[in-house]
Amino acid sequence: MTKTNPAPILVVKDLTTVFPDADGGLHALDRVSFTVRSQEFVCVLGPSGSGKSTLLRVLAGLINPTSGELKFQVDSSNQPKIGIVFQHANLMPWRRALENVSLPLELQGMHKKQAREKAIELFQQVGLQGFEDSWPRELSGGMAQRVGIARALAHDPEILLLDEPFGLLDALTREHMWTELLNIWGARQKTILMVTHSISEALFLADRVLVLTQRPGSIKLDLPVILPRPRQDEMRYTPAFGKLARQLKEAIGEH
Amino acid sequence: MQAKKMERRKQKNGHATGSNRFWLGLVSFVTALLVWQAITSLSNLPAFILPSPCEVWERFLRALMDGSLLKHTGATLLEVLLGLLAGSLSATILGYLIAKSRSFERLISPYLVASQAIPTVAIAPLLVIWFGPGMFSKVLISALIVFFPVLVNTIVGLRAVPPALNDLMRSLHASRLQVLLQLEIPAALPIFLGGLRIGATLSVIGAVVGEFVGADSGLGFLINVGRGQYDTALVFVAIFTLITLALLLYGLVAWGESRLLIWQEIYEE
Repeated sequence: MTKTNPAPILVVKDLTTVFPDADGGLHALDRVSFTVRSQEFVCVLGPSGSGKSTLLRVLAGLINPTSGELKFQVDSSNQPKIGIVFQHANLMPWRRALENVSLPLELQGMHKKQAREKAIELFQQVGLQGFEDSWPRELSGGMAQRVGIARALAHDPEILLLDEPFGLLDALTREHMWTELLNIWGARQKTILMVTHSISEALFLADRVLVLTQRPGSIKLDLPVILPRPRQDEMRYTPAFGKLARQLKEAIGEH
Repeated sequence: MQAKKMERRKQKNGHATGSNRFWLGLVSFVTALLVWQAITSLSNLPAFILPSPCEVWERFLRALMDGSLLKHTGATLLEVLLGLLAGSLSATILGYLIAKSRSFERLISPYLVASQAIPTVAIAPLLVIWFGPGMFSKVLISALIVFFPVLVNTIVGLRAVPPALNDLMRSLHASRLQVLLQLEIPAALPIFLGGLRIGATLSVIGAVVGEFVGADSGLGFLINVGRGQYDTALVFVAIFTLITLALLLYGLVAWGESRLLIWQEIYEE
């Protein structure tokens, strides 16, 4: 369901990325263009090796694109604040769970005590109260990923970039995390761009699904997901869901 | 969570509890002393070849009373500490530069590798000739011996920083200093401290080698004196003091490790 707020927050135009190597370079992304509106939930779907993760890394500012434009339209100064959730929770093992969440705040120069208070709030939001002082190694995969999500939210970023965040979780945990992510998205009114290779995950979560082609990745399909919210489990067995799933499957399948 | 911790503790206790380990160690120590005493009384070896534990103990008390043991131990300890400090500090700084800059590494690594082909022990006489028999040459030898393991472990440790965490810090616009303090130092610390632990024991060897070559104080000097006077009991006293010194240093680093790396499972209280 497209939101009534139509302001674009991210405009990507003709984005091309070539990794230089010995034989001419690896062409990862080819003239990718799309727009993400504020508070929209967009999933990027594609076969492995389609440059999904490269796209996310370019958006996160970790890789410079070879050519093309990338514009964040945000109120805050020059650099957009970005929160990233990785496939591996990617926590700092020497920081306790809560300290991992307060890291972005401390990096911004917030006082330790104040950062901690704010982190506790987020911690409760992702349902982790009681585990504040646990070490990352003591957390299960799902719990660690929740810490990762809380950390990504900590500095109140304009856009959340998620790189297959639930790919390593078991099926039950993963579906549980979908609902939690949607709750967080609703409560905090964030813009989310999430990379995934799961069709049902994309359909369950997103307002729009972008399908990338095989390398060099370009946008093959931009599919609005017209399904009512709040999304519920049963919805995944409806004909409407099935029809969208088939469309996506076909788009991924053709080469 | 609590239950999980208890479970782990139980598993640990399955191997050996702290007090259990202490008693085992004591039994093994006392047995060794008894065997040593038995050898000396059964074999009739003269004391200048193999003194009995009792003779060594008496010599120890004598050296303690006349103040010579403390003086020489103090001299060696000071050399060792200064050597360890100088060696590990310079190795850490150089290691950081090498890990951070490929071109710097290419520039300097041939010399570093070549320098390791020279046994420090072999050039110790040269260093004593150049820098005199005073404390400085011992500190230098000790620092040189400590340098390499700490350097290597600093580099390996810094290279072991997970790239994904680097990405995280970059995406959060962390400054160079923040990356150093919040990511690189804690991530490199386990491997770095492993190097420091090796360095701590090596630093004692370095100082003693220097004292062998030429010195007027220190435990290495004491060993030389004892040997010259066929005061073998004194040699033993000095050796045991050295062992104690090395163990204390090693224990100090290991203790520091257990405090700093409390986040690692093996150090869980």
